[in-house]
Amino acid sequence: MCRENNSMYQILKSTFTLLIAILGFSFASFANGHEESHGADTTNEFNATEMILHHIADSHEWHIATIGESHVTIPLPVILYFNIDGRTGWEFFLSSQFHAQGFPHEDDHRAESLPVDGFKLDHHDHIYYEKDGKPYAGAQIIDLSITKNAASILLSAVILLFIFFSVAGGFKKNQGRAPKGIQSFFEPLVIFVRDQIAIPNIGEKHYLRFMPYLLTVFFFIWVNNLLGLMPSGANASGNIALTLTLAVITAIITNVSGNKDYWMHILWTPGVPLPLRVILLPVEVLGIFIKPTALTLRLFANITAGHIIILSIVSLIFIFKNSLVAIASVPFATVMNIMEFGVAALQAYVFTLLSALYIGTAVAEHSHGHDEHHH
Amino acid sequence: MLSSLLLEITGSVSAIGAGLGAGIAVFGAGFGIGKIGSSAMESMARQPEVADKVQTGMIIASALIEGAALFAIAVCFIKG
Repeated sequence: MCRENNSMYQILKSTFTLLIAILGFSFASFANGHEESHGADTTNEFNATEMILHHIADSHEWHIATIGESHVTIPLPVILYFNIDGRTGWEFFLSSQFHAQGFPHEDDHRAESLPVDGFKLDHHDHIYYEKDGKPYAGAQIIDLSITKNAASILLSAVILLFIFFSVAGGFKKNQGRAPKGIQSFFEPLVIFVRDQIAIPNIGEKHYLRFMPYLLTVFFFIWVNNLLGLMPSGANASGNIALTLTLAVITAIITNVSGNKDYWMHILWTPGVPLPLRVILLPVEVLGIFIKPTALTLRLFANITAGHIIILSIVSLIFIFKNSLVAIASVPFATVMNIMEFGVAALQAYVFTLLSALYIGTAVAEHSHGHDEHHH
Repeated sequence: MLSSLLLEITGSVSAIGAGLGAGIAVFGAGFGIGKIGSSAMESMARQPEVADKVQTGMIIASALIEGAALFAIAVCFIKG
């Protein structure tokens, strides 16, 4: 297939990509599960909803364990860009300064956070500016802190870099010989992504261009899911901001590498009677946006629901205040946890597979017998 | 009426709607994915050579159905 004005097309493509990239980075927001109807509990009663939502949500510190009365917590850096009545600036401090008298337990998290340069932490783990003892609405704060989820993503990035540099080094060293060590575990997985996901969906001609992205998405989601299942792990892939970002990247890659056939199929489907074409146009255009939304929600809901199920089963013991419930609860929770390991791998596979499918439709080249203006 | 009685007890009728909606959504998804699974098993038994392709298709179809069910669950989560 030939492209007239090839350079013009390339310029348009790069401009479009730049525009999307700028728009995509032009705001930062804090995705957090909201707590609406669980009610403000002033007693020390066990509130299952609150405990579960606290475990799923992001946080400015990483609570690892509670040994007796002491809490093992890693304070994470708080990075704020603020604009308060025209006074702008950056703030950097450790989140431990919010609770300088000691980390509060989940029970007494209603203990007031200390102000740090006027900034305080509210119960939903959002940072607000306090003036004259009241939250000041005129303060604009952009919260770029390294929260628990951000730290977990960085950790998974370090793990992936370590693993794949080892695999690459092993591949270079063992040229022509059987793989050894960590290479023998990951090379079949890479080949699986190539032979079962990339080539069937994208085709022999174009798959190599997209292999880096597909491999990254596959292993990144898998490692993040697994880290979330570890004790005191962070619920990173259950954070809708992360899944949304990955889905948007897939959407950008799909639409930017879309060729003429792809856009023709969306806007003016060939080989279909005219009234149906008119109906299909809005449906297909909506589909461009619904597909990334589905990717987002699928991964987010699967992982978050899995965590909620396990936490709910365990908190049954505390709701009934009876250790005998543990006889049923602990095996059930263990089984669910094992199933969640399967879900972790399956969701990574499904996300990668659907991304490859969408990219495949974008770069597909095929000849239409009935297409008049085909060259 | 029943709703006002329940409103007094629970303080939020939307919770009932959320639970019901999520339950029905999961029922639909389970039924659909069950049908896919059963037809996939059947076709794999009839023609073992295409078992690989059938399995891939089965996973894609069930992922798409589950995505739709999770749309509904996400709405129920937010509204309840």
